[in-house]
Amino acid sequence: MPLSLRISRIGKECVACGCCVRVCPVNAIQIFRGITARVDEKKCVGCGKCAEVCPAAVIEIVKRNDAQ
Amino acid sequence: MKQNRKWYDYLWIAELTYLILGLFNILFAWLGMLFFCIPLLIAIFGGSKAYCSRYCGRGQLLELLGRKLKLSRNAAPPRFLRHPIFRCGFLAFFMVMFSLMLLSTYRVFTGAPLSEAVTLRWMFRLPWQWADVSFAAPWIAQFAFGFFGVMLTSTILGLVTMVLFRPRSWCVYCPMGTMTQGICRIRNRKEMKDDGRACT
Repeated sequence: MPLSLRISRIGKECVACGCCVRVCPVNAIQIFRGITARVDEKKCVGCGKCAEVCPAAVIEIVKRNDAQ
Repeated sequence: MKQNRKWYDYLWIAELTYLILGLFNILFAWLGMLFFCIPLLIAIFGGSKAYCSRYCGRGQLLELLGRKLKLSRNAAPPRFLRHPIFRCGFLAFFMVMFSLMLLSTYRVFTGAPLSEAVTLRWMFRLPWQWADVSFAAPWIAQFAFGFFGVMLTSTILGLVTMVLFRPRSWCVYCPMGTMTQGICRIRNRKEMKDDGRACT
């Protein structure tokens, strides 16, 4: 499957609440050791559902090339 | 929603039941210790915040009210809310209030009179005389009054930020969330160093 053009980027102030994990339709997000959310860049389709629900508003949808 | 519902998706019922039971008899406030101890135990022994993402009844209740019942404006919260200084400051404030509650419990234990009131937002004292607490030791009742005040106050704060911002805005500054995230940071610091990506 081709990679999507857009991707989620998690900000440094993530509170690791897991709201994004619950809504991700492709299971691309995990909470890394209770510290921060992490996106599997290969799986992420850039749908933006995680950014919509993030209570801290720390998730951005960016162009895949800008995600690094 | 992407997957089938699990038993823990209904824990909002436990949260709601807890708040209602506290109105009938204040001694049920003791059950709230579960909401305190379980996330800490998961963070200390499991090194994760699974409680926040799976088992937090309050978070689910706020989600339900905000998203399903559309009571939330669904607006991004102000930046300061997620700032570490604010989160740690709120945690410190919460710990001070919790310590004062323990102190008043100790004073009743050593003979001071029981205060049959629930203090809301650490300012407003609500009379709560309708509950019969005569069958319990006064210090047990005193702790229950204090603890239910803490739980009710945090629920009200959660509801206010749910309406003003996103449904689970409470999660951003929830003292338990801040505390468990801190525990996970300390517990997993080696992996964080090795990994180098998760440090904030």
